[in-house]
Amino acid sequence: MTTIGVLSLQGAVAEHLECLNSLGNVRGLAVNTRAQLERVDALIMPGGESTTMGKLLMEYDLKQPLQDRIKEGMPVWGTCAGMILLANQIVNQDWTYLNVLDVAVRRNAYGSQLDSFETRAVVDQVSPEPFPLVFIRAPYIEQVGPEVEVLLRLEGHVVAVKQQNILATAFHPELTGDLRFHQFFANMLQGAA
Amino acid sequence: MEERYSLNKNLAQMLKGGVIMDVTNVEQALIAEKAGAVAVMALERVPADIRKQGGVARMSDPTMIKQIKAAVTIPVMAKVRIGHFVEAQILEAIGIDYIDESEVLTPADDMFHIDKRSFKIPFVCGARNLGEALRRIGEGAAMIRTKGEAGTGNVVEAVRHMRQIMAEIRQVQMLPSEERMTFAKEIGAPFDLVEYVAERKKLPVVNFAAGGIATPADAALMMQLGCDGIFVGSGIFKSEDPARRAQAIVKATTYYNDPAVLAEVSAGLGEAMAGLEIDKLQDQYAQRGW
Repeated sequence: MTTIGVLSLQGAVAEHLECLNSLGNVRGLAVNTRAQLERVDALIMPGGESTTMGKLLMEYDLKQPLQDRIKEGMPVWGTCAGMILLANQIVNQDWTYLNVLDVAVRRNAYGSQLDSFETRAVVDQVSPEPFPLVFIRAPYIEQVGPEVEVLLRLEGHVVAVKQQNILATAFHPELTGDLRFHQFFANMLQGAA
Repeated sequence: MEERYSLNKNLAQMLKGGVIMDVTNVEQALIAEKAGAVAVMALERVPADIRKQGGVARMSDPTMIKQIKAAVTIPVMAKVRIGHFVEAQILEAIGIDYIDESEVLTPADDMFHIDKRSFKIPFVCGARNLGEALRRIGEGAAMIRTKGEAGTGNVVEAVRHMRQIMAEIRQVQMLPSEERMTFAKEIGAPFDLVEYVAERKKLPVVNFAAGGIATPADAALMMQLGCDGIFVGSGIFKSEDPARRAQAIVKATTYYNDPAVLAEVSAGLGEAMAGLEIDKLQDQYAQRGW
């Protein structure tokens, strides 16, 4: 049985854990210390506020060990705020957090809560059937580096990418009850082993 | 509207494990954001000042709310009076992220709350017990918070309200199904929402703690009692060192189960806000709400 962690500093942690535990062959673990980080085979960075999570990440000595594990090949998936934490460039902000994903991401790219929306689209690499996609004060990606594979573009904006062991989505599969993205991420562990 | 309501509940889910701070100007909003707040509540007077100065407390000037919205990247909330649906229309027009239909302001209607289902923007409402929480959710609230007793720096009412809600959630799960209708009648809650709580063992929306939280230990206490996150009103900017206290409360909300972290962040914060005893209060805001 593999263990997939969910970074538990703030945000939609329980929703991801519930999805992971529903997969059957995976155990979900909330992670907010170095010791817990060492026990997981892969990690999800959930939605929430990137400024809050980023600050706690720095102050509780998680940044360096997390960067090290990601560089060693641990699969990591950032949803929404998690995508911002992974990026090596944040538009209109002069600091970044983990610097491991070669993209330029724009925060709150769609506007305020009144501009949050739901839609459907097919993500070919993940499943031939369309996904429900929930965007909550979501970011999108404005530029991608050469190593980055674009998984989904929506009205011209990149909203899902993969760069080797790093997956990032601007939307929230954990809010939809659809487990296909979680299964896709769990399958990335086979590639990493 | 079903989809919009779902998106609005989803935003509250993203705020979980976080601290929402009352701020009265841009400078305070920036301090709150830097300290790690997940959202700010923009208002002209914090509850402690409303209590002290008296008079009718209303929605804040849109100019000041817009300035705060322009200054921070985190969600911005603002308060309207209970039942004042035009104040809510105005805040929706400004394009903020969340409205608090709040007992801290002077009620505009002593019988009815806002029909929150007729708005696109999400609402959070206060509650003292399960019946009140489910009535507000029935009206369309996408998030609940305990009322506590705002502006007192005294956590006792927030504890009472959180324990009450949690006790009633446990109670309803134990009831045989034929007793649920009478239970719904007794607590004055919509039957379908009582059924939801009985079956899912939780509220259909996120539930934060509010009203009297003044220290990191208060925040961790409320988290250990089972709330999803924290509102701090007067507790930060009425204390001696707001930036430091704000950061400490953020950390205590994340590491609420780790006494070593709590001990570290509780040390050397300077004076907390002065507190008030509940039975000496002239007005108990928690009693506002129908």
